[in-house]
Amino acid sequence: MAKISMIVNGNPVTGNIDPRTLLVQFLRENLRLTGTHVGCDTSQCGACVVHLDGKAVKSCTTLAVMADGHEVKTIEGLAADGAPLHPMQEAFREHHGLQCGFCTPGMIMTAVDLVHRKGHDLSDHLIREELEGNLCRCTGYQNIVASIAAGAKAMAKSDLA
Amino acid sequence: MYEFKYHRPSTVRQAANLLIKNEDAKLIAGGHTLVPVMKQRLAAPPHIIDLSHIEGVDGIEMKGRSLVIGALAKHAAVAASPIVGEAIPALAELAGLIGDPAVRHKGTIGGSLANNDPTADYPAAVMALGATITTNKRKLKPEEFFQGLFTTALEADEIITKVSFPVPKKAAYIKFRNQASRYALVGVFVARLPSGVRVTVTGAGSDGVFRVEEFEAALQKRFSPKALDGLTVPAEGLNSDLHGSAEYRAHLIGVLAKRAVEAANNRA
Repeated sequence: MAKISMIVNGNPVTGNIDPRTLLVQFLRENLRLTGTHVGCDTSQCGACVVHLDGKAVKSCTTLAVMADGHEVKTIEGLAADGAPLHPMQEAFREHHGLQCGFCTPGMIMTAVDLVHRKGHDLSDHLIREELEGNLCRCTGYQNIVASIAAGAKAMAKSDLA
Repeated sequence: MYEFKYHRPSTVRQAANLLIKNEDAKLIAGGHTLVPVMKQRLAAPPHIIDLSHIEGVDGIEMKGRSLVIGALAKHAAVAASPIVGEAIPALAELAGLIGDPAVRHKGTIGGSLANNDPTADYPAAVMALGATITTNKRKLKPEEFFQGLFTTALEADEIITKVSFPVPKKAAYIKFRNQASRYALVGVFVARLPSGVRVTVTGAGSDGVFRVEEFEAALQKRFSPKALDGLTVPAEGLNSDLHGSAEYRAHLIGVLAKRAVEAANNRA
């Protein structure tokens, strides 16, 4: 067993885990943060994307022990409970950027990371290129791309990172 | 995934000692190859040595006329580095074509080279540019380092620490990606160095990365796509699978090499 501690969504958490525990398992099963999904479990689909030290990573391909001492943000950490949604979440609602919603947490965490790296004015082409690690089987991506473009602009006017 | 014992050294020397002490131990850096194969139970190392907490091995800097990249440098860092973009833009572009953004935030140049996947991108650049791979024990040239499918010259207690790339006059990398995996179905790196022209191919060779000496000789005389007119690569020794036949890959090598020369000329 391995003792780990990290900051998740701003809160210090600890665990005593089998070293083979994946970060996504630790988040979902130990911390009960079930917003992060396991889709393919082979690092293809991106449903499990979270931010590790501010960068989008696939939590199904990251050992929880490797995140020890680091900072993790999940979809639950984008906006406080009961508070208004994060602008990227709001944009997905406004532009109908989801149907079944399974890929959405990963899409939104990827989109927020994209805005952090590339700014608020994102072309459709760039958004599509950057989404190559996130699969959606419902929407055909059209509305996801529209949501991200709008969410990126809205983030410029928001206090939420 | 099978059980393993987890080790977290804080220096390369400690990591090397752990490799000596623990038989069949595996190093992990970004983990984006090792974790998937462990999940599939294709690998079951009894010991995992985590390099990701070792500091000072992920730098990117110019040293004299060489670009030196630390083994733990992430693909995303190489892709976004102004130093790489200035010195060897083809290398920054190559790093930005690996996997997807989330994969690039974890995967490292040292991990990619040590794994020597026959469809990986970095081996093409390292061999085309004649880079020097430095380990905790010695310096290796690409011809010595790459030894076939998933095989390198690395000894059991040897760890890559950095890679030094000579800055070419011109270079470009063109990758034809597998649409599903994003790995190179064929990738061709062309470099024009003071010492001569080199053309390398990844993704196609059944023995991993290789040079195309006939293309190199032609481009040495005239660095233009036209110099490759009529030249072909034999399909023999190339991979053939559901993604493409050996003949198809051989054809792609010719096409991509021309595009790479054109891209290199356009950049300069």
